[in-house]
Amino acid sequence: MINFKLNEKEVSVEAHENASLLSVLTEKLHMAGVKYGCGKSQCGACMVMVDGDKVISCATPAKSVSGRSVTTLEGLLENGKPNALQQAFIEEQAAQCGYCTSGMIITAQTILDNNPNPTDAEIRAGMNGNLCRCGTQNRVVKAILRAAKEL
Amino acid sequence: MNEHLKFTRRNFLATSGALSLSFAIPSAVLSQSAKKLPRNLELNNNLDSWIRISSDGKVTLLIGKVELGQGTVTSAGQIAADELQIDFNRLNIISGDTFEGPDEGTTAGSGSAPGCLPAVHQAAAEVRHILFKMASEKLNVDIKALSVSDGIISGGGKSISYWDLVEGLDLSLEATGEAELISPSLHRYIGKSVPRVDIPAKVTGQPIFVQEIFPEGVVYGAIARPPTYDAKLISVDLDAAEKLPGVIKIVRNGSLLGVIAESQEQAWAAAKHLTNNSNWEVKKSLPTHDGIYKWMENYKSEEKILVEEGSQDSSNLKVLEATYYRPYQMHGSIGPSAAIAHLGSDGIMTVHTHTQQPFGDASAVAEFIGMDKEKVRVIHTHGSGCYGHNMADDAAIDAAWLASHSDGAPLKLQYSREEEHRFEPYGSAMMIKTKAGLDSKGDITVWNNEIWSTPHSTRPSGQARRALSARYIDPPMEMDEPKDGGPPNYAAARNGIPLYEFTNKRVSTHFVPAMPLRVSAHRGLGAYANGFAIEAFINELAVEANADPVEYRLRYLKDPRARDVLTKTAEMFGWDDWKPEKNKGRGIAFAQYKNLQAYCAVALEAQVTRRNGKVRVTRIVSAADCGHLVSPDNCVNQIEGGIIQSLSWSLKEEVKFDDTAVLSSDWASYPILTFTETPPIEVELINRPGERYLGMAEASQQQVAPALAAAIFEACGARLRQLPFTPERVKAAI
Repeated sequence: MINFKLNEKEVSVEAHENASLLSVLTEKLHMAGVKYGCGKSQCGACMVMVDGDKVISCATPAKSVSGRSVTTLEGLLENGKPNALQQAFIEEQAAQCGYCTSGMIITAQTILDNNPNPTDAEIRAGMNGNLCRCGTQNRVVKAILRAAKEL
Repeated sequence: MNEHLKFTRRNFLATSGALSLSFAIPSAVLSQSAKKLPRNLELNNNLDSWIRISSDGKVTLLIGKVELGQGTVTSAGQIAADELQIDFNRLNIISGDTFEGPDEGTTAGSGSAPGCLPAVHQAAAEVRHILFKMASEKLNVDIKALSVSDGIISGGGKSISYWDLVEGLDLSLEATGEAELISPSLHRYIGKSVPRVDIPAKVTGQPIFVQEIFPEGVVYGAIARPPTYDAKLISVDLDAAEKLPGVIKIVRNGSLLGVIAESQEQAWAAAKHLTNNSNWEVKKSLPTHDGIYKWMENYKSEEKILVEEGSQDSSNLKVLEATYYRPYQMHGSIGPSAAIAHLGSDGIMTVHTHTQQPFGDASAVAEFIGMDKEKVRVIHTHGSGCYGHNMADDAAIDAAWLASHSDGAPLKLQYSREEEHRFEPYGSAMMIKTKAGLDSKGDITVWNNEIWSTPHSTRPSGQARRALSARYIDPPMEMDEPKDGGPPNYAAARNGIPLYEFTNKRVSTHFVPAMPLRVSAHRGLGAYANGFAIEAFINELAVEANADPVEYRLRYLKDPRARDVLTKTAEMFGWDDWKPEKNKGRGIAFAQYKNLQAYCAVALEAQVTRRNGKVRVTRIVSAADCGHLVSPDNCVNQIEGGIIQSLSWSLKEEVKFDDTAVLSSDWASYPILTFTETPPIEVELINRPGERYLGMAEASQQQVAPALAAAIFEACGARLRQLPFTPERVKAAI
């Protein structure tokens, strides 16, 4: 049994010995905002926050988050509504297929949490571990800049 | 929008007061007097299969094209809302459900704008026309005196809504082609950048992707892939694998080994165990990534002449020749393909898949698992962007196969990254030889290009034998010999015929029907390689002719819309005022997708680091003409996305393989473009009100490589003709 806080709520979940955090968040807790992309820490699709820092959930053993606080895309909502960053992604239509979007937003949120006024170059450097195949990189940067302005 | 994610079978016809328009008048009777219907409506001419209005004020639009991240569903909604004159948010849109909507074939080839959108226009106009006739009778007001606002028809001081009109009715009608489309002055949504309907769910974490759905009692599947394509299973210890943690069952058919387990990770682990611990007979027969071009040239293929105008006599001309190479390239979806299949107690196999061809998959699934195709329901569900035929269809077929062994439990399967990288059907390697004869003024007097390619489409299209797993079962299902696509779309020769008007022109193909690596439709098919060869060669010829590449193209480009995007792009770039700088260069290129869809030109600036041959693109501009614009922002998104993706292809991407197996197995061994490598991009659209909708999702990929090759040449004198332009190749060419 692994006990941790998920999006501000205590959860208690049973998982097999080698289960990754990704596997527990998706298959056991049905979090949609976490995606499997590569299983090798190469793409960022499975990004979540643990105690406020970005963590690649496919490469994180589920048991390592015991007693800690995990935030997924769902946990960024404010009063059930998109937060400023999520809203900025909608305003900028910063997605095509949207599969990488959840990981993008988590990484972007940690950038803004640590640096409320990032430059274009700082955003790109911070986002470099998140891959997008549709070619929405520039829209994602615009959305993050827009959110920074709003905050 | 999430309605289609539910597992229960909906029944629209059971909704009280639903307007159901079907099967009343034989279409043969109507077709004698009917105007010509848009093709997709002609093929599915029951209005009921497109639009349903219920008495509670909800309107359902059904389309056969599917959402791949290209915005088609939202655009179709804009058109339906305008033709029906209703608020956009009344619409529920269902797409790609084989039990519930029109069969519009495959969502591919930029075919949704020209195919689906006109059908939705006409279907919605016909429904509105029927409702107007009903209102006219009910209100006893002349039809010409009626107007409508958000479904409320008014006239002569009286009014009635669509929903009141359909209360208790069961109408049945087919499309006639008689209804007039609404005047463009009444468009509220067409031409506006309506936000995509699927984006809010994707940024807030509402389940919308097939990967995010977890039905009650779900089990997980995986396939133990053989070490190479042609491996044959000699022996396997199934008992040992069945004892692995979480494994419920191992399923075997010939060399095909499937795992059913309690979690996806456990299914993958067991599959990996089976792959690594079984005895396989492995063939060493691949030509290798370096040997593929020679292999294609040596293959006994027939030369097929596509165009032969004038003479190829080059005496008294300056003759130039070049050969261009494109390697195998991946679709490279960020999310490996997935599907959920469930054999219900009603005997229906329901498959949720992100396929581009739901109907084609339904038949292929049925054939593979030996069911009647009427008993297989395929429901398109969002997946990771595919950019052509990736492993979506394989996942649908594999999931259905395992679900037929899962004792009624819904089965979910997602491939591993390595599996998707190594076994997806790639975009074909290609080789193009070009030859031109220039006269004393540098004019292109004689033109020739010859195209070598392996196939470009092995989509299932109803045939199980095209699935990856088909070759491993006992007895194996032999793949049919692939054919090349002909006019007007072409496959290997897509965009292979220059749009330029040269007096003496010859174009031919050498189609190689064999497939050392598995191949299928990759965004734009042959267009990327052909566009590279033609446009790069023209840039080279312009240098030879001492001409400006924009002016040089305009000598031979007669279509005014083509000229407009080219000159607009040059203007956006500041072409005429550009000042050369050390190690910097610029390039430009143009194409009209398929020579009949959107027009697009791209100009860019690049910098080369001579020390290591690294190329950095610093700025890109592009002008495009997509006809009458439905959603300008979505078009910009597509054009920009196409540029970035093809910049990635052009700088970094090549599938590596030795004589035995594919070596590109992850994002480290097959890297793609990152945020810091993505330059600023400016896109402008030339709107053409009243012109037909032009597909634009594949309009901007074939210009980047030739523009980049020209820029690299200008920056450092290196002439690159083999993709991708890796630092190693650039350095070697300096």
